[in-house]
Amino acid sequence: MSRVGDLLHPKDDTQSWKGRYAHYDLVKEASIAVGVVTLLAILLAVLLSSPDDKPSTIAQWSREMPVNFTAAAAKELAGTSGTAGYGPPYNHNGEGQHAAFLYPQKWLGVSHPINTANDFVIDPLKTVPNDPALASAISQYQAAPEKTQKAWGEAYAKPLEEYETALEEKKTPPKAVGLDPSTGAVTVQASGAGPIPTMMSGLLALAKSGGLDGSLLTSKQFFQTDYTKPLLFMADGGLLAERAEGQHLLGGQWGMMNETGSYPGQPWLWLYALWYQVEPFKSSANADILVMLVMGVLSLAFICIPLIPGINALPRKIPIYKLIWKEHYRETRSSA
Amino acid sequence: MNPVGVMGAVFNLNHPAHTVDWEFIHLSVANVVVIVLMLVVFALALILPFPGAANRKRGLS
Amino acid sequence: MSAAPPKPQRPSSWTVRVREAGVAALPPEKLLPDGQPTYVASWIYVFGVASIASLVVIITSGSILALKGPAWWHYTGVGHFFNSIHMWSVELFFFVMVVHLWGKYWMAAWRGGRTKVWITGAVTFLVAVPTALTGYVSQQNFDAQWISTQAKDGLNSVGVGAFFNVTNFGQMYSYHVLLLPLAVVGLVTAHVLLVRTHGVVPPFELDKRAVALPAAAAKADGSTAAPAGGAQS
Repeated sequence: MSRVGDLLHPKDDTQSWKGRYAHYDLVKEASIAVGVVTLLAILLAVLLSSPDDKPSTIAQWSREMPVNFTAAAAKELAGTSGTAGYGPPYNHNGEGQHAAFLYPQKWLGVSHPINTANDFVIDPLKTVPNDPALASAISQYQAAPEKTQKAWGEAYAKPLEEYETALEEKKTPPKAVGLDPSTGAVTVQASGAGPIPTMMSGLLALAKSGGLDGSLLTSKQFFQTDYTKPLLFMADGGLLAERAEGQHLLGGQWGMMNETGSYPGQPWLWLYALWYQVEPFKSSANADILVMLVMGVLSLAFICIPLIPGINALPRKIPIYKLIWKEHYRETRSSA
Repeated sequence: MNPVGVMGAVFNLNHPAHTVDWEFIHLSVANVVVIVLMLVVFALALILPFPGAANRKRGLS
Repeated sequence: MSAAPPKPQRPSSWTVRVREAGVAALPPEKLLPDGQPTYVASWIYVFGVASIASLVVIITSGSILALKGPAWWHYTGVGHFFNSIHMWSVELFFFVMVVHLWGKYWMAAWRGGRTKVWITGAVTFLVAVPTALTGYVSQQNFDAQWISTQAKDGLNSVGVGAFFNVTNFGQMYSYHVLLLPLAVVGLVTAHVLLVRTHGVVPPFELDKRAVALPAAAAKADGSTAAPAGGAQS
């Protein structure tokens, strides 16, 4: 064998077994195993059941967190939300993540195009009937040049950002943003915001009625199974993250291993979750691709363990095998 | 949450998890239990005697 | 003077060729032997079959859930019960599969030409992970919403998100119910057939003499060295 072959395939003096056999009923063993596992699964199901936390809806989000919803919606319109600037596969407004010269997110392109201003705000608003003020606001917005739209967006977003920041820092929120207790409408005092306040009020009302959930789901056809748009919109807001934090599902809480409630989750994702807690991954803007690459390399190494020098020799060096084959060694010693 | 399904459980696990925290490690108690159980079961599998020793001494006849 | 027997001709029938190749590789006594080497004497050996048993329970409970459709378990007690069985059998599957993996590593079970056995096993584990993930994002509850909106970032970052959209319920459900279980079952089948072909890996030799002794001992007490047709390669 060549030197490279020697390196990859260390000397393996395993002989084929010429020794004794004993009766071993594989089918009986398998049947018993199926029976035992079935009973165990039933026992666990009866004792512990399984979690089923109801999904959030945009209607709920808009009712429980109207200011957060309005702030998120304003960002979608202005194109400053997480989804708006995500890049592929949703749009070209960002390059996505990269690792050195590898830009797979960019290379695989936009396969699920989303224009947040149109898809999340303008098109749903256009479905609202019998509201001439809203229709006029939409027309005014669409007719305006991009620079004007941007200026309106920034003027509207500023007090909302200050409000959200104050809430996060547990300070008194500015009075420029208010919530009308009788109507539930969000009022934002912002001069130079053009038709945006009317559009945002319209969207909030549509959301509260449940119409936005439906509107985001329907597109080219009647039957739908793709929830990308409503999910991305909700993920741009705070409701999902707030629920997740309460259930220890956030990244920094090792959330990808966890389940809602006190159930075990996916403990086999422990190593994948671990990298996000340590540098350089923890603070990197490219954390996802870096972790995926590390796990890709480790997965390949896992498959190739028989070929990895050192790793493939460890079982011989650390004699756990002596416990596994203790009866065999005892018998052969006594035969000798 | 389906009340029938939840009421069917003897032990209700539908409350936020407790966590085991150490340095940067934060694991849910449920996951820690699973992992510890795996190690215990592995150790027991190595140590506990496997039935059929007499059968193996006899061999095939 | 007798004529020389005619040279056997290679059959032209594909069916015959496939059958003969199959039977040559794995004659029935080797496919389903009723004996195992005497060194198969540890509880660690049950974790492979336990993994298969768990997979059987997963597929059975999953099939019942599939029979009634993805919404059923949210609004009936019976449906929720079968969902619980499905969930716990998945936890059991990963539990026993990883203990099986630990055992096989510490046995260096790839020895003696068994590299493919290790590889098929490792790939099975790696395919089981996305099989579970597609299940989690098909739950149609809050957990599914959260996992899909988080997992999308990892998948998008490596370009996989361009054709595997975790927020697309229809696609994820199809992968979970059909495509990935087929892949897992295919890999497990290949894995088990390879184990049957090569036999269970023999122990490390403590002593060079140890290999010769059991056969000598066997001859002494009159028992046969191997089960009928079940000799290992």
